[in-house]
Amino acid sequence: MEAFFEWFRVFYDETGINLPFLYDSYDRDRMIAGFFMTIKLSLVCLFFSIIIGIIGAWLQNSPLKWTRRIMNGYIQLFRNTPPLVQLYFFYFAISSLLPTVSNGYGGQQPILGGFAWAAISLSFFAGAFNVEIFRSGIEAVPNSTIEAAEALGFSRLTIYLHVTLPLAIRVALPALNNNLVNLVKTTTLAYAIAVPEMLYEANQIWSDNVNVTEMMIFLLITYFALVGVLVWGMNRWERSLKIPGFGA
Amino acid sequence: MNTQKHKILPVMMAPRPRPDDRFHLQPWHGLVLVAVCIIATIPAAFAATDPERASILEVLTRWMPLMLKGFIFNIVISVLAMAVGTISGAALGLGQISLNPFVRKFAWFVTQFFRNAPWLVLLFFAMFLLPFEFKIFGLTIPLPDWLKAIFGLSLPVMANVSEIVRGAVQSLPSGQWEAAESLAFSRNQVLWRIILPQCVKRMLPPWMNLYSILTMATVLASIVGVSEVMTLTGQILAAEGGRSDLLIPMYSFVLFLFFIYCYPIARWTVRLEKKFAVIT
Repeated sequence: MEAFFEWFRVFYDETGINLPFLYDSYDRDRMIAGFFMTIKLSLVCLFFSIIIGIIGAWLQNSPLKWTRRIMNGYIQLFRNTPPLVQLYFFYFAISSLLPTVSNGYGGQQPILGGFAWAAISLSFFAGAFNVEIFRSGIEAVPNSTIEAAEALGFSRLTIYLHVTLPLAIRVALPALNNNLVNLVKTTTLAYAIAVPEMLYEANQIWSDNVNVTEMMIFLLITYFALVGVLVWGMNRWERSLKIPGFGA
Repeated sequence: MNTQKHKILPVMMAPRPRPDDRFHLQPWHGLVLVAVCIIATIPAAFAATDPERASILEVLTRWMPLMLKGFIFNIVISVLAMAVGTISGAALGLGQISLNPFVRKFAWFVTQFFRNAPWLVLLFFAMFLLPFEFKIFGLTIPLPDWLKAIFGLSLPVMANVSEIVRGAVQSLPSGQWEAAESLAFSRNQVLWRIILPQCVKRMLPPWMNLYSILTMATVLASIVGVSEVMTLTGQILAAEGGRSDLLIPMYSFVLFLFFIYCYPIARWTVRLEKKFAVIT
């Protein structure tokens, strides 16, 4: 394995194409850590944004007028403001209101770090889109299905969980797919609040080695691959969920 | 009406109407929002008894012209990036439906590549890989940061416009092509006189949607050092001595600026979508 990595050092000497994250073990560790940080951030945000979407779509159909209004206010606010400003708002503004904890060295540190705020703000951002996506899926469920479930004595919550949602997810999957791809791409914003994800680590490496071009192309290819894996997985999921005769 | 007193079975009741009174924000809601923000800051504003420290409202009004100037710069960046992206994207989209398989493959690849790359990475790409000046015929043309940012933001816009164009052209029924061909139109004539005019209607809502996404993405330029509204906000906060009570009003104000610009676009898009919806 070491010989394989050493080959890139020779490659650099011969061609001038500098890929330090392959032959330099320190840079390699940084890059791998950044890669897994991006994946971790993406997975956490994917999970919570879908949860927010599901709960939000349920609240949006609530019989209470004000629940619906607050939900719509949340969606419109998060959809129509830049995610970066939202991130700054959470990380700098909201964070300044929260209590600080002692960090064990005699200093004070905020109770939530960069990663937590990035996860929270990006989940809320993507969640706002997911609510709309799930709502459009729910609207596609025929009224008669819901009435049939009502006639069978289901409550509002059980109708949602056992009848509407399973059907709505199938309709909403293509749009959800799109949004989740966007979410993975948006995790690069965490760079702005110094979460050590892939873009951040790449920046560190190109600052040390002055090889912006190589790092940039590597980044683009890596994100391309990450998004590709996500799209492939979602397509498989979509196929496995497919009910013959329902949906397009 | 039901004069008999006995209880009717739930099954026999008329279907419960689905809630449909969706809350739409009106322009006056913005005023209410501002009023609430101001009222909420009044206690803090009066609490500033220290004459050295200006109240939050005072600080906000003092810096508002600068922040608005920064925001206008954001809009200028978004309009220019949209223009560049739309023109190149339209060309790329037409390339995607070209009859030449090589052109088609190439346009498809470029589109997918720039569509699947994060905006921020593309922005870095443009920032670091474009020269800060270039020479043509001995004439040195400087390339300032904001021009590079426009170029960097127009790359993903280009790819998305390309997909919008391809989608719109392919969504037209193929009968349109066949009918035009049977009337002896050439391919160019069919495309420009028959297909594209019909596509404009279909392309408009997603195009506007993209514009609002782009406007929100212009803030990214602050990360690479263009002095737009976010950069200015950071500088203002530093100039005020890093007061932590200013953080929330300042960032809320930036959020508010973007909201009042993007929300009408979003509403208008929804209206157009409804208007142009094809009833199947």
